[in-house]
Amino acid sequence: MTLTAREPLGPSGPSGSGPLGLSGPSYLDDIGPRHGLLAWITSTDHKRVGVLYLYSTLTFFAVGVLLGLLMRLVQLSPFHHLVTAQTYNALFTVHGVLMIFLFVIPGLPPVFGNFMLPLMIGARDVAFPRLNLASWYFFMGGALIVLVALFTGGGPPDTGWTFYVPFSLKTGTNVTLAVFGAFILGFSSMLTGINFITTIHRLRAPGMGWFRMPLFPWALYATSWIQVLATPILAITLVLVMLERLVGIGIFDPAKGGDPILYQHLFWTYSHPAVYIMILPAMGAITEILPTFARRTVFGYKAIAFSSIAIAGVGSLVWAHHMFTSGMSQFAIMLFSLLTMVVAVPSAIKVFNWTATLYKGSIDFQPPLLYALTFIFLFSIGGLTGVMQGALAVNVHVHDTYFIVGHFHYVMFGGTGFAFFSALLYWFPKMFGRMYSRRTAYVAWPFLFVGFNMLYFTMLVLGLQGMPRRYYNHLAVFNTGHVVATVGSWFLAVGLLIFFANLVRARFRGAPAPANPWGGVTLEWATSSPPITENFETIPLVTQGPYVFPEFPDSDEEGA
Amino acid sequence: MSEPTSQSSQSSQSSQLSHASQGVPAASGHAGPEYRTFIAVWGVLVALTALLVLVSRSGQNAAVWGLLLITPVKAALVFYFFMHLRYEGLLLKTVIGVALVTLIIFFALLFSDIAFR
Amino acid sequence: MNQAAATPAHAHRDDFGAKLGMWLFLITEMLLFSGLFLAYAYMRARYPAEFHHAGGEMNAVLGVTNTLVLLTSSLSMGLAILAIQRGERSRALLGLAVTILLGLVFLGNKAFEWTAEIHHGNYPGSKHLATLPPGEQVFFGLYYTMTGLHGLHVLVGITMLTVMAVLVARGRINQDRNVMLENGGLYWHLVDVVWIFLLPLFYLAA
Repeated sequence: MTLTAREPLGPSGPSGSGPLGLSGPSYLDDIGPRHGLLAWITSTDHKRVGVLYLYSTLTFFAVGVLLGLLMRLVQLSPFHHLVTAQTYNALFTVHGVLMIFLFVIPGLPPVFGNFMLPLMIGARDVAFPRLNLASWYFFMGGALIVLVALFTGGGPPDTGWTFYVPFSLKTGTNVTLAVFGAFILGFSSMLTGINFITTIHRLRAPGMGWFRMPLFPWALYATSWIQVLATPILAITLVLVMLERLVGIGIFDPAKGGDPILYQHLFWTYSHPAVYIMILPAMGAITEILPTFARRTVFGYKAIAFSSIAIAGVGSLVWAHHMFTSGMSQFAIMLFSLLTMVVAVPSAIKVFNWTATLYKGSIDFQPPLLYALTFIFLFSIGGLTGVMQGALAVNVHVHDTYFIVGHFHYVMFGGTGFAFFSALLYWFPKMFGRMYSRRTAYVAWPFLFVGFNMLYFTMLVLGLQGMPRRYYNHLAVFNTGHVVATVGSWFLAVGLLIFFANLVRARFRGAPAPANPWGGVTLEWATSSPPITENFETIPLVTQGPYVFPEFPDSDEEGA
Repeated sequence: MSEPTSQSSQSSQSSQLSHASQGVPAASGHAGPEYRTFIAVWGVLVALTALLVLVSRSGQNAAVWGLLLITPVKAALVFYFFMHLRYEGLLLKTVIGVALVTLIIFFALLFSDIAFR
Repeated sequence: MNQAAATPAHAHRDDFGAKLGMWLFLITEMLLFSGLFLAYAYMRARYPAEFHHAGGEMNAVLGVTNTLVLLTSSLSMGLAILAIQRGERSRALLGLAVTILLGLVFLGNKAFEWTAEIHHGNYPGSKHLATLPPGEQVFFGLYYTMTGLHGLHVLVGITMLTVMAVLVARGRINQDRNVMLENGGLYWHLVDVVWIFLLPLFYLAA
């Protein structure tokens, strides 16, 4: 933003002295009274908190992947009896709980939001640093409770991650403790949202009006509002499930006058906006990455900014499209279907704007760009299948089939997951001061891409053919599809291994990265890689829009 | 809530030190409430509570209308005076406004189901 | 890079930011209780007659008393904050003491009320309750959940205000630094607002 031709742009040599090219200690060095692990888990530095989230969420992601691989394996007849049907129910439940509550929801905002938000707005930290660390403690506490729930009481829950009543009230598995863990996790999400909203309102650098702010903070702002408004509804719903199981208050139990559909309403009032918590930061990260590798400003800055707010707003109005076959009123069904069609519009606006950003840009092809383009492709498939499901006639046919499973993996994994990979490739040099092997990042890609589509496109087909979700058994007619999907999952696993091995090796032995390896123009690139603890030597004064590149100096968008 | 770090003076609301000497408890530089304002508001709240009880006794329908009309007024008085919203700027008012609109929408959409079953 | 407006590295206080953060937290509390209000609205629309009948069984006198108790505690809380902003420390402490005392009175009333209801067999899982029509069972389920969650918040509030009273007494909260007390007051007032809605829902339904 305030970077002009004075700064060497594009890959540049390290500045200053020292092994990572710094003239002083970075946030990675322990300068206080504590050292090692203790220094990290008591640090209120937003960068350290972001890294703590990174390591913990990726650990849970890895476990979730293993569970997913096992679920796929068991669908092949030689391996079918490795697990029992009961265990299979627990597998898909825990896979969902881990992935959703311990990776995707707490993924991008606390990892990249925490690390990058203050840097991108020219601040030294978030508004409430101690609350930030507390958010991570809540996250780990909730995660620990969920893990304990898997091995105590009646064993891991078998209800699906959606914990639908009446089964979740009757099952002997440890639903009570598991939902209590999810309840605690909710605090982490809410506190992060509060922190980010306050940070964006109060800590922007001098000269950075709202429309000079980069679009990742805009996305985080919209996400944070959803976290603040929707998460409490989940919290109370989970409390009600616990109370029902423990003392039988009767609110969901038809024998006592309760209504299971009420549970679904309350559950989805949070859980649908939750998917926008998952995707908005991902879209925001992509919106940062594309301009850098197109060497030109984003097309339609204000449209993207406002579409983030629109997605957050309209996304809160569509929850009952998960309930079309539940027994609710015809009027509600029609209303929610209509609203679901509307919510696709702001997402589509973003896809058009991203494409237009690349058009006539000066493309610098790098690994983050490859994964960002993959995001656009996979997310589009996911989004379009979502619109299909929003149509009532289609929904009656595909509800609770593999079509739904394929859809949400396209948006959550192909979307948020690949955006996470892309963001990691983009910001890794900044976060750790080291560069990974670009070639290895490229090598991982075909495994990931082919494996992903083999696995999840097949699911779309299987679903249309009638394969129900959450079923231990399947009819012989679906055999081929399952084999293809499972083999795809193996390719995907190989790709993930290569991808993350690359980064792990780079973390410890990668070549030192310069402050600005990609020639980015937002403020995080104006400080060292990795950043000093205080982020900036002096807080910058912002005098122009966020995406002015020297190749196109007259395109100061200024929110135009 | 712990005090956040701040290094920008781009908003006039970042410090409260300057007004204390004038005896005006100004959070945002405006005149604040007096002791008697609060006591008066309390009086109105008690009166409204009495009204609510009376209305509820005259029938079930009246009870529901009383609930839907009088109670929000009581809540609004607490928000506006005790919680200081009357004296706050547009940002805080908008923040609460967003929450209220969200609630109204949740109720309305929920009722789109149960009202038509 | 243009760094004309260099800002010192030490942290400023940001009282408005603290208040904004507190309001955002209060919004999460509002939404938390709203989930229960949504459930209540849903169930009342389903069982209007049963809710009407069960509401008539509740002790309206206790309900109204508790309302007056909390309204008065909001007054004393507000006066305490005004006092500290004027530098009148002993008045602030008096206001806080009254607030805490009234909070305890509220909880005492609630305990008395719950004991009475349990004594009559109106509690989830009781044999008596199972004989009532389903709508009334749901009414009581919601009653205990909503007043219970509210009572928990009152308890947390009392604890928090006690801590703040100590800080006022020690001078850590004073005329110059009192946004923490203001924020505590905001929490207390919200607890009052929730009760303002609970009163007609459970005690004045008949």
